[in-house]
Amino acid sequence: MVIPNVIFPLFMLAVLSKAGDQATKIPHFPTKSYLTFVLGATMVQGATSAATLAGGMLAEDMEGGFMSRLLLTPVRQAVLIIAQLAGVAIVGFVQSGIFLGIGLAFGATVKAGVGGALVLLAVAVLLVLTFGAIGLMVGAMAGSTAQVQALTGLFVALMFMSSMLMPRNLIAHDWFKTIATYNPISYLVEATRSLLIEGWDGEALALGCGIAAIGLVLALTVATLSLRRTLERT
Amino acid sequence: MSRSGLVTQAVARRSASKLLKNPGPGLPPLLIPLFMFAAVAGALSSIDVGYYNYTAFTFVFVVYMGAMFVGVFTGIEIAGDFGTGIGARLMLAAPRRMAIIGGYVVMSFVRGLIAVVVIGGIAVATGMPIRGGVLDMLGLVALALLLNVATTLYGAGMALRVQSAGGGVLIFIPVFMVMLLTPAFVPRDLLDGWLHTAASINPLTPAMEAGRDFMANTSANLGLAFGATAGLVAVFLLWAFTGMRKAERGPSEPRRRRRRPGPQTS
Repeated sequence: MVIPNVIFPLFMLAVLSKAGDQATKIPHFPTKSYLTFVLGATMVQGATSAATLAGGMLAEDMEGGFMSRLLLTPVRQAVLIIAQLAGVAIVGFVQSGIFLGIGLAFGATVKAGVGGALVLLAVAVLLVLTFGAIGLMVGAMAGSTAQVQALTGLFVALMFMSSMLMPRNLIAHDWFKTIATYNPISYLVEATRSLLIEGWDGEALALGCGIAAIGLVLALTVATLSLRRTLERT
Repeated sequence: MSRSGLVTQAVARRSASKLLKNPGPGLPPLLIPLFMFAAVAGALSSIDVGYYNYTAFTFVFVVYMGAMFVGVFTGIEIAGDFGTGIGARLMLAAPRRMAIIGGYVVMSFVRGLIAVVVIGGIAVATGMPIRGGVLDMLGLVALALLLNVATTLYGAGMALRVQSAGGGVLIFIPVFMVMLLTPAFVPRDLLDGWLHTAASINPLTPAMEAGRDFMANTSANLGLAFGATAGLVAVFLLWAFTGMRKAERGPSEPRRRRRRPGPQTS
């Protein structure tokens, strides 16, 4: 759990922050530190691992028959789903704190100040909850850990096809700019990044948090309904 | 054909027929590099790296990634086979057990070649310019396939040690990390600090730089590139061989606590 969720995003942060330094020389690049630029994306990347963590645990419980036994008790499906998310949220909070702390230790800055750093952690926890809920949704629908694991590849692809490596206004290829614009991950990355390099940007925060909140509510609803349906069948 | 040759052929055919029946597991080593290609070439093309074309610059990294990821996923397949007991049954039929690994390597090589051709075809079809000639392209493909063999042998060695598909992360993550510690996104001259040092001592770097020289039709340090890559094949052949020796010995006996006689009850 430690290697994919913490070490790997940190390694990506270390490599991308060094390799991408040349990008900061592009005219109108919003910061002189690529480490600060890519730190927000690293926090989103870390949050995506909540999907496989939460969804994997639920699918494992379903595969092993533990969930069917829980159905015999008076506990409600929504409570089961929310309980799975609570543990993931704590892991996500610690993980985001580690990313931010290491980023700051190596020279990254938070333009929005101490308050901004706290809001950044709160946004990161919201993202962890959203991705965790998506994982639970897939876990409840499929009931298979293998299918939940496939989310890793999907999220890595979505991360790289977003504005993670370059601000959208500086992307040279129109086709990539279009993909990044329609990719919701771009707005999650831009919300976290805005606090790091721009200060308080209400629009970026509202867009990112709004998309995350809508995703959270939708995924939780579908996960609860799917869990009920899947368990009724077994 | 010798008995070992028959074993190699049978393992390769089994691997091929598994893939034909269920092509799903064959897609990630192709799709991940293609996504990476689109993302890096699409997002970072504004960076001036002093190369004739940024898409062509990224292509070498991506084509090596495709060839190497086939090796990684073959390693995960071996780990799965040995985890479920199929490996043990194969070992009963093979007088020389490395022939089993030979079968996986042959199949991985063929799949690696397909990956290189598909990624190359897509890159050319989407307008990537190539300055090198036919011989240059053959050199690039040869380096990619050598890296495929080296990665397959690394994966096999790790798979024979962990003997569980869950150990796939120990095959995938180190390969991905070593790949990113090359001049993947910008040339070595533009890197500084620890990443420059890491890239300078990374045995994949000569192959990466030679591949870019092949693409640009500029002079490449072929001796160093092919020497370093062949060295990796030799080292990981030894790694796979020692892994097989460990697998032949079987899982070590778990330490048992000696029970002390308890008080007698009547």
